[in-house]
Amino acid sequence: MSARDEILGRVRAALADVSPAVSVPTPPRAPDRGDLVALFVERVEDYRAVVTRCSAEEVLAVVTGVLDGLPGGARAVVPPDLGLDLPGAVVDAQFTAAELDGFDAVVTRAAVGIAETGTIVLDHQPDQGRRAISLVPDLHVCLVDASQVVADVPDAIELLDPARPLTWISGPSATSDIELDRVEGVHGPRTLHVVLIS
Amino acid sequence: MTGTFVGMPAFPTAAREALGDTQLRTNLAHATRTIRDKRAMVVAEVEDWEELRVAGAAVKEAALRDLATHLETLEESLVRAGATVHWAGDAAEACAIVASITHAHGVDEVVKVKSMATAEIGLNEALEAEGIAAWETDLAELIVQLGDDLPSHILVPAIHRNRAEIREIFLRRMGDVGRPAPADLTDEPAVLAGAAREHLREKFLRAKVAISGANFAVADTGTLVVVESEGNGRMCLTLPEVLISVVGIEKVVATWSDLDPMMRLLPRSSTGERMNPYTSTWSGVTPGDGPQEVHVVLLDNGRTRALADDVGRQALRCIRCSACLNVCPVYERVGGHAYGSVYPGPIGAILNPLLRGVSDEQSASLPYASSLCGACFEVCPVRIDIPSVLVDQRAAVVDSHRDDRVPKAEALAMRATAWAFSDSRRLAWAERASGLAGRVLTRFSRTTLPGGRAAAGRLPGPAAGWTGARDLPAPPEESFRAWWDRTDGGTKGDGS
Repeated sequence: MSARDEILGRVRAALADVSPAVSVPTPPRAPDRGDLVALFVERVEDYRAVVTRCSAEEVLAVVTGVLDGLPGGARAVVPPDLGLDLPGAVVDAQFTAAELDGFDAVVTRAAVGIAETGTIVLDHQPDQGRRAISLVPDLHVCLVDASQVVADVPDAIELLDPARPLTWISGPSATSDIELDRVEGVHGPRTLHVVLIS
Repeated sequence: MTGTFVGMPAFPTAAREALGDTQLRTNLAHATRTIRDKRAMVVAEVEDWEELRVAGAAVKEAALRDLATHLETLEESLVRAGATVHWAGDAAEACAIVASITHAHGVDEVVKVKSMATAEIGLNEALEAEGIAAWETDLAELIVQLGDDLPSHILVPAIHRNRAEIREIFLRRMGDVGRPAPADLTDEPAVLAGAAREHLREKFLRAKVAISGANFAVADTGTLVVVESEGNGRMCLTLPEVLISVVGIEKVVATWSDLDPMMRLLPRSSTGERMNPYTSTWSGVTPGDGPQEVHVVLLDNGRTRALADDVGRQALRCIRCSACLNVCPVYERVGGHAYGSVYPGPIGAILNPLLRGVSDEQSASLPYASSLCGACFEVCPVRIDIPSVLVDQRAAVVDSHRDDRVPKAEALAMRATAWAFSDSRRLAWAERASGLAGRVLTRFSRTTLPGGRAAAGRLPGPAAGWTGARDLPAPPEESFRAWWDRTDGGTKGDGS
């Protein structure tokens, strides 16, 4: 008998006298928190991420300013459909991990923002690029439109497509592994700069 | 490379040793207090936390009670999404599958995301025996691996180490296995994290094969979920060409929307955050993005044994948050090593005997590693009634000794009690003997309990096992029945 059939056989034997019926209650929703975008900004900042709010017309200037602010100016990689003509930015050409390591920054859009938890979700569509590009560079500039912000986790899960790879990002890379003291900056981008467009 | 739990002594022996380590107790008390406070703060923010726990428990319970169906659905969905599914009955089978895939790609190293399942099956040691180096990339796992140490906590395996010890381990060992730590390394957590970043980056960038576990496996979509903080998980799940995920069969949830209560419960219970820094989800292979060869090893290794236990089955709901460790008065004092398993603390005290049985002395000692205070049940995000399972597992331990040729002292005492209690004359005789012992003790004992009652501090012979850790209160000089006879239920004399 294959390991598969053996395991499934043992599972069925273990549950022979057990009723499979369990009613799963709908999980409760958080109460109305008012201004979702303000809550989102507050919660993202709580993770020690940087948030800049601006209008659609100001985005280019804001992002350029962030990149120029890096010492020596930043070499930035961008996804194919960022929809922002950033001077000097290089469009991802299926770079290897080692090549991506040569970039200082990445600029992407996002799929969803979650106000309650201050989370940004990328579903890696062409305006966000492959997972690797938003991971290897040390600065991630993420453009979130105010209309993309939802209240809580269940709202995001409803909107997201599980067939796509998803990356949920809540602040910069961090660890609590040393004396359970949170410090920011391990393997992922050490700086997360969220540009909130409204 | 990493130590092994094989051959660990039973809990009481290991606990006594740990209690003597004052540095360990200081490190643990500091760390568990920090995380308890953080958890309490973010849990208090959620107004309907109790309802959320009920929903989370129900999601996992529903998946477990129809597990065969969900596993078949998961397999179908994974295959449809381009993954290869393997089934492993035990640790040896799982390790052999992983080694054979790795060999097929002609590599001698893999990078690893922190995974309890792979720690449970001893994958690193098995791969090492096959000539494959497995690099742990989670900071705490790295500390444990470099220190040739054992994990002592589910979430933070190096919780027993303080910053000065970690600095010393990094300086001494990093150079042996890759990029050395900078000579001017300080013990600032941020600096230590920076050293780990530099050390591991070259390994991430060159790795061809990565190994992960999964926090959840969604049956209807074939989605695996990895919840992490540092980005080492994203590195392993994204950059290599081949990804092998070892997933316990109890990780299944039925549907995509079932992730909702889980993703709200886990980070708050675990690291005490509204949300962990990074969560990755993937369903098989995404062309042009991430590993193009994806394997999933579905692991039993005792889970079906636990599933067959009507009381213990609920332990399989566990989402490995470690909230129960952080609140446990026993764990806080003895630390994780004393439990002799990668699963320490209250959940380990039930999970290990459920997965392995209680035929060995070490597993049989674990259900007793608790004061039954119930704090673990209160914080458990999926409402595992750990105290009830502990009591039930104690019964299993007793049952396993029923046919012993030489009965244990406890069994003899129970038999003698049953004999005495089954006949009123025998009971009266036993009560007189007990009253006499009470008078003797009250007169001669040098131990008194708070309140002034005399007690036996340390008894000889078979009773030493009981009095080794407790004082035995002196029995009352007169039994209730003797008092009733003498006073006719308190109506004769002055009633006292």
